[in-house]
Amino acid sequence: MSILNSKIPEGPLAEKWSKHKANIKVVSPANKRKLEVIVVGTGLGGASAAASLAELGYNVKAFCYQDSPRRAHSIAAQGGINAAKNYQNDNDSVFRLFYDTIKGGDYRAREANVYRLAEVSPNIIDQCVAQGVPFGREYGGLLANRSFGGVLVSRTFYARGQTGQQLLLGAYQALNRQISKGNVEMYSRHEMLDVVKIDGKARGIIARDLVSGEIKRYGAHAVVVATGGYGNVFFLSTNAMGSNGSAAWQCYKKGAFMANPCFVQIHPTCIPVHGDQQSKLTLMSESLRNDGRVWVPKKKEDAVKLQKGEIGPNDIPDEDRDFYLERRYPSYGNLVPRDVASRAAKERCDAGFGVNAEGKAVFLDFKYAIDRLGKDVIAARYGNLFQMYEKITDVDPYKNPMMIYPAIHYSMGGTWVDYNLMTSVPGLYSIGEANFSDHGANRLGASALMQGLADGYFVLPYTIGDYLADEIMIPKIDTDAPEFEEAEKEVTGRLEKLYNIKGSKSVDYFHKKLGQVMWDYVGMARNAEGLKKAIEMIKEIREDFWKDVKVPGDLDNLNPELEKAGRVADFLDIGELMARDALDRNESCGGHFREESATEEGEAKRNDEKFTYVSCWEYKGESEEPTLHKEDLVFENVKLTQRSYK
Amino acid sequence: MADKILKKLNIKVWRQKNASSKGKFETYTIENISTGSSFLEMMDILNNELIEKGIDPIAFDHDCREGICGTCSLYINGRPHGPDTEVTTCQLHMRKFNEGETITVEPWRAAAFPVIKDLIVDRTAFEKILQAGGFVSVNTGGVPDANTIPVAYEDAEESMDAAACIGCGACVAACKNSSAMLFVSAKVSHLAKLPQGQVEAKKRARNMVAKMDELGFGGCTNTGACEVECPKSISITNIARLNREYLVSRLSR
Ligand SMILES: Cc1cc2nc3c(=O)[nH]c(=O)nc-3n(C[C@H](O)[C@H](O)[C@H](O)COP(=O)(O)OP(=O)(O)OC[C@H]3O[C@@H](n4cnc5c(N)ncnc54)[C@H](O)[C@@H]3O)c2cc1C
Ligand code: SF4
Ligand code: FES
Repeated sequence: MSILNSKIPEGPLAEKWSKHKANIKVVSPANKRKLEVIVVGTGLGGASAAASLAELGYNVKAFCYQDSPRRAHSIAAQGGINAAKNYQNDNDSVFRLFYDTIKGGDYRAREANVYRLAEVSPNIIDQCVAQGVPFGREYGGLLANRSFGGVLVSRTFYARGQTGQQLLLGAYQALNRQISKGNVEMYSRHEMLDVVKIDGKARGIIARDLVSGEIKRYGAHAVVVATGGYGNVFFLSTNAMGSNGSAAWQCYKKGAFMANPCFVQIHPTCIPVHGDQQSKLTLMSESLRNDGRVWVPKKKEDAVKLQKGEIGPNDIPDEDRDFYLERRYPSYGNLVPRDVASRAAKERCDAGFGVNAEGKAVFLDFKYAIDRLGKDVIAARYGNLFQMYEKITDVDPYKNPMMIYPAIHYSMGGTWVDYNLMTSVPGLYSIGEANFSDHGANRLGASALMQGLADGYFVLPYTIGDYLADEIMIPKIDTDAPEFEEAEKEVTGRLEKLYNIKGSKSVDYFHKKLGQVMWDYVGMARNAEGLKKAIEMIKEIREDFWKDVKVPGDLDNLNPELEKAGRVADFLDIGELMARDALDRNESCGGHFREESATEEGEAKRNDEKFTYVSCWEYKGESEEPTLHKEDLVFENVKLTQRSYK
Repeated sequence: MADKILKKLNIKVWRQKNASSKGKFETYTIENISTGSSFLEMMDILNNELIEKGIDPIAFDHDCREGICGTCSLYINGRPHGPDTEVTTCQLHMRKFNEGETITVEPWRAAAFPVIKDLIVDRTAFEKILQAGGFVSVNTGGVPDANTIPVAYEDAEESMDAAACIGCGACVAACKNSSAMLFVSAKVSHLAKLPQGQVEAKKRARNMVAKMDELGFGGCTNTGACEVECPKSISITNIARLNREYLVSRLSR
């Protein structure tokens, strides 16, 4: 099908990227000066892309909704970033990283993209070190590594528990350098509300200045969306409060396909939900599973006593503890991938062995590691994470085990892109968490940072040239064009509509309701009946929302409630599409456990015969059902096997 | 350990419609707040109640709610990020407050950080300081293999200590002179401690300090309030290092 041309280059896997680079077009320096590129989002993907494009000579406009690019959600990543450096001589290689990623993603990602990701990964570390990212070091001065959930080699680079922060500061520094040189115009506290197409090509965006409320038009020869994931559709998640799927959703409405929207990641090590006043779930880095042992009581009566607060974890002797990950998966133990660890925790809790008042938590215990290595070693490894845990829960993890539970964390699905990272709209690109590529049905730890930076530093700057080389004759985009005027009108109309509902319920009320439906029916375990129900329930919430939401404040002033209202309106639509996609995919894979498709032992059962495809949804209009297109996934270099971590 | 409920709290908060209007304090009461809730969750609940009553909700800055993005601010009971130490406002929990207490909430107060609305201030002055030299001048690509630049363990650790600054601005808000020295010194130390940052170290210190002065931040008189209030425990020894770098750069001009 021509509308879904993935543009995967011919030839052997290991040569695809270099051959492709040799074949795609390059823009001359003189012509780059005449070309403008808009980058929406300044997380790892966007900041690295904006800086790299500006260094190449393009005129870049960058946007983010925060007051500074440094605050993008990427900053929260704790654990680390993967790269196939084999510095530890433990037999790591580009192929092994590629293989682990493909397998970890349950064979639902494109071979060529994943291989390229592994191939450029070593360059990322070189680049970041050159920028002054203070990665952890060995005493000899060389870079340190650790191992991370789901892999058996040590390939993860880290900067204490603040890897995302340090990588983002690196990219932000590069961006700042270009801002100071005048090569990037930075628009902070600006939110993209629409993408503008002229003659079928992306030519700009409409954005709202979040301080003045002004709606403005920006033109460019190409638009790059790097706006992160849509996990906040669940209301409670590990994502930053402002993280949203709106920009990607506007792209979808303008013809960019949404791929695998039902693929969201559930992270196993989050601080459990308590009470009903919570706004956000806090992640505890997966690196904790390197030394922490996960357990629940063996005896149900112990679990009940824990739930009632009658005994503490230290009252339960070793022989009465069920280290269920070690029991079920002896070769990986506590290091199984995220989807496996999450599901196993839910299984124990559903069976009544949960350890907090709600019965929705398991222990992550450092007692054994402290006995073995001493408190100092553990403090040096995880000190800031322990401190964070104590601040939030008022429990000292050196003395008592942590309590953890799975939470929504990352969206593997997103805007469909071809090998060049271009969406199905010419000139519209999508990078980082906003696109669907590279992680398949499940993302291995420390791979999102890698993908964001790979896209921004080393892939997009080349592939966008291939498109822009044909645009050099196009003069500066005229934002007075009727297409801009129309898009602006649409945006203003929508904001006014929201504002004028003047109903009785706050935006959060609807967001929480949606989140509950998503978690109950489109969360860790799903079945056809529940998904159909969810679609209907979401429709009802949407109807109610557009009748009864109350947006206070002014349109022409800073107005956080108005910002949230727009995002929640889109989440309602995204949630419905997720449920639709999940309904179509009647197989279990990755973090997506379909109850109708399980092995006798209760493990996820994939169905390669029917579902080895990327689902690509095409927007057909406000009240129309979207059309499903399928991009078949072809595996030439790996054999599809059932994942086993036993 | 177990969460308790605070039955009633009074929240005295700064309200200001926009940068050009005059602000004033308003007091609201709020009931039944769990001590396990964060300060910002309490603000969410208060806001939802205000919305239902037809009062404009209170605008405040926040995003990650994990103590790392540096977005949240708030001057609570006379202290940046409130009464707890080494935390941001989003990591401050209601167990630090007492039943019936009146909690005063204000925006950062510093000439270089003008109020945008209610509790939100404009911190773009920090951006401008960083744009004046807070980077290593290296383009994407063409860099050497990472392990060809060895860094002593201790240096990497010290660099990381400084790099942990989240750019929140509490140091400025805490300082009676509204000085940005702790922030600037953190960035300067982060890069000066690494071989990659050495080449431009002098120029960096000079340019960033000049920018800081130009933007209306006050001078540093070593009162140390910044260090006490910094959520990331950035040490004032960084200021000494900045002063050294700055002096050397002036002398070697
Ligand atoms: C707590 C936590 C820990 C994590 N730990 C790890 C880890 O250890 N290793 C790892 O590899 N990954 C980790 N991840 C995942 C990883 O951090 C993210 O997937 C990744 O950083 C996403 O980067 P991004 O550039 O795609 O998007 P983001 O960093 O989310 O950036 C989005 C950008 O888009 C902007 N934006 C959004 N919408 C709009 C709009 N409409 N208009 C204008 N601007 C907009 C925002 O302002 C922001 O600049 C973690 C995630 C979380 C939540
Ligand atoms: S030095 Fe501390 S208080 Fe100042 S901006 Fe950095 S983190 Fe905030
Ligand atoms: S909201 Fe990010 S540090 Fe508080």
